[in-house]
Amino acid sequence: MSTARLDAKVPGGPIADKWDRHKFEMKLVNPANKRKYTIIVVGTGLAGGSAAASLGELGYNVLNFCIQDSPRRAHSIAAQGGINAAKNYQNDGDSVYRLFYDTIKGGDFRAREANVYRLAEASVSIIDQCVAQGVPFAREYGGLLANRSFGGAQVSRTFYARGQTGQQLLLGAYSALERQIAAGSVTMQARTEMLDLIVQDGRAVGIVVRDLVSGKVESHFGDAVVLATGGYGNVFYLSTNAKGSNVTATWRAYKRGAAFGNPCYTQIHPTCIPVSGDYQSKLTLMSESLRNDGRVWVPKAGGDKRRPQDIPESERDYYLERKYPSFGNLSPRDIASRAAKEACDEGRGVGETGLGVYLDFADAIKRLGEAKIRERYGNLFDMYERITGENPYRLPMRIFPAVHYTMGGLWVDYNLMSTVPGLFVLGEANFSDHGANRLGASALMQGLADGYFVIPYTIGNYLAQVKPGSWAAGAAEARAAESGAVGRIDRLLGINGTRTVDSFHRELGRIMWNDCGMARKAEGLRNAIARIPELRDEFWRSVRVLGRGESFNQSLEKAGRVADFLEFGELMCRDALHREESCGGHFRVEHQTPDGEARRNDEQFCYVAAWEYRGEAAEPALHREPLHFENIKLATRSYK
Amino acid sequence: MSDKARDMRITLRVWRQAGPGAPGRFETYQAERVSPDMSFLEMIDVVNEDLIGRGQEPIAFDHDCREGICGMCSMVIDGVPHGPHRGTTTCQLHMRSFADGDTVTVEPFRARGFPVVRDLAVDRSALDRIIQAGGFIGVATGNAPDANAMPVPKEASDRAMDAAQCIGCGACVAACPNASAMLFTAAKVTHLGLLPQGQPERYRRVLGMVTQMDLEGFGGCTNFGECQEACPKEIGVWTIARLNADYLKGTVTARDDARAGGEAG
Repeated sequence: MSTARLDAKVPGGPIADKWDRHKFEMKLVNPANKRKYTIIVVGTGLAGGSAAASLGELGYNVLNFCIQDSPRRAHSIAAQGGINAAKNYQNDGDSVYRLFYDTIKGGDFRAREANVYRLAEASVSIIDQCVAQGVPFAREYGGLLANRSFGGAQVSRTFYARGQTGQQLLLGAYSALERQIAAGSVTMQARTEMLDLIVQDGRAVGIVVRDLVSGKVESHFGDAVVLATGGYGNVFYLSTNAKGSNVTATWRAYKRGAAFGNPCYTQIHPTCIPVSGDYQSKLTLMSESLRNDGRVWVPKAGGDKRRPQDIPESERDYYLERKYPSFGNLSPRDIASRAAKEACDEGRGVGETGLGVYLDFADAIKRLGEAKIRERYGNLFDMYERITGENPYRLPMRIFPAVHYTMGGLWVDYNLMSTVPGLFVLGEANFSDHGANRLGASALMQGLADGYFVIPYTIGNYLAQVKPGSWAAGAAEARAAESGAVGRIDRLLGINGTRTVDSFHRELGRIMWNDCGMARKAEGLRNAIARIPELRDEFWRSVRVLGRGESFNQSLEKAGRVADFLEFGELMCRDALHREESCGGHFRVEHQTPDGEARRNDEQFCYVAAWEYRGEAAEPALHREPLHFENIKLATRSYK
Repeated sequence: MSDKARDMRITLRVWRQAGPGAPGRFETYQAERVSPDMSFLEMIDVVNEDLIGRGQEPIAFDHDCREGICGMCSMVIDGVPHGPHRGTTTCQLHMRSFADGDTVTVEPFRARGFPVVRDLAVDRSALDRIIQAGGFIGVATGNAPDANAMPVPKEASDRAMDAAQCIGCGACVAACPNASAMLFTAAKVTHLGLLPQGQPERYRRVLGMVTQMDLEGFGGCTNFGECQEACPKEIGVWTIARLNADYLKGTVTARDDARAGGEAG
């Protein structure tokens, strides 16, 4: 095992100067030459949409793909609460350095300092850019921008557009993208799924895609490939992700040589609507912003089945306020989720299933009035009522943790390039900025920072060293990738077994949730590593996918994605098993303090785990990128 | 977990159509053991699992986020786009809104501008092309001044947000007797037209977008108001009044080069 392949290419100099210096040192592509370069961008969320638009504006020839029927539907659209930026408009002590510090600490010291500092720097420009695009952020009566607080921070730095911040930011990026499509610099292909990466002479030069309407499989070529294909939370079947969110693009890239970084780092979001039945197809998030005004509690006594309004104050346990007095209800997500699980494990959970805790607005309504609460969270309260049939203005919400975001992803260097030259990875699809736990309102920030303000510079540096159009469309690798994709489709359609795709996905999800969820143990992980390949074999023996390949066939789409999840889940468990420590969202039962907090092991695990594919029969190879904390002292994370 | 005593039995009449040119027809299916806590799409999931088990191809339908924001789900339920509740997408409609023994008819959004892809899935790319014709503020990355350099009155910002909430689902088109995309177009024109940042392109935007809407085969607006009833984000026809005012002013004042529509500046 060597670290030779993992050169993070972090520029020298003090942290505050690295990005400026790097921007100057990078090579540029002459404006007149830019149109000679073709860039493939997969995905149209905050990262992909902003990248495709910005690269189009620069003059590159961009081919952009998405699986939905329109680029506006990427799952970034569902982000509710807000986007962080170190504007310090509130005069409350914020700065680029503080956002950098909070993000490193929030990530439990498992992110790369230089990337995170650059993210905090870019945050400021993102807000400017979005306002100029017409994003209607919340404002004060004086006409200036409003802010609110989010978990893991003691300053108010989150910008928001009601409970639909992701939607508004995405529509901003989408409108910029549509403008470039109209201008002819971006060619958009919706309802198209990437099935493989084409690598020639060690460089990424194209992708194999399936047109989801006609079912046709074809290849596209470019001078660089940018993946912005989101996270893999749906490996758990139930998550807050959209139904279509999947690991296929990044997994295929992994199998073509891109190292996968920290796959076990998963974020379980504390405030989701609890599961109601086994038909459940997804889980719905209630924005973390609700924790600004909502108080989390369970009954003090186990088995207390009284209605919440009948439980007197003295018999309630506001456990976050009790255990973490300085952050209280705004403790970071991993901590709040684990605390909820603990309360439920003690038999103090609420609701029919006992898998829930209360999020109570009674005090806030008394203090601020119902109208103010309605203004702040009206759409979230409405959504809660539609789903549960209960009115949260009268009764406390019931919430429970659910899989929400994946910090792991393809390993990238400082330039956001993977271990395959020419393959860049942005947004949730890469591993880079959130360490072992992402803070609220930081995903939108990262997606847009990568797309608007990082890739337009770093991709130029790569392209300047590549002759445009240097790929061979008819070469063996390209033909093999395409025929491999077709062969796989034929195989899926040819099994004609007895079980549906969803039944396999559910079963995989149960294994992952039980053995690689909020609390992980070596024994459970070993069990999952044994069980997943069996399930995979069964899938390839007895799945039933009806219809034809050359048609609009949603079962076939799902089958391909679940097949990849069935491989990926195993890697996730391997990573979780190897990481003998607890950090952020990765909680190993064996590694905790006497009062149940995560115990990190900086001596042995202060590194990024990057896994390299070595063939079907071989185990993946582990490479380590050591993390150096030169600015922020490694410390035990405390929110007490 | 689901309580068997509350389970319902629903009869579904579902539009099945193999492709854009193929003839379509209603098929009848029984949905057994429907829990009132299921979403409408989860009920269809259960029907589909059952169909696959019997060797029949499942019902194709568009959906993604299943939390009412992506705008992908698109069914007409008992004659109403997104079903019986105001301000609710199909994915957020729950079966407790129906009664045991009900017969429910499910069709795709029907409009000339939305050809059927298969069964309940339609092609709404025309809406993207309307946005391409001007539904943006032309600001390239990196050009922006400080976000607080230009104050925006809270009322204007809130009204812009009311319009900006459009999820682009096309229910307004499906509900309109003329299959007009007026509410969709007006929502974007209003969102950007209310903000100071949207002023420089305000009139060329409305001319471009309306021209494109016509080219896509959507009908004209004759003030039925069905669109605002069907809109899952409850965007009102007040936005159409604003569009009409801007359009009128635009046609009077615009230079010829701004009339073309579809050009992107």
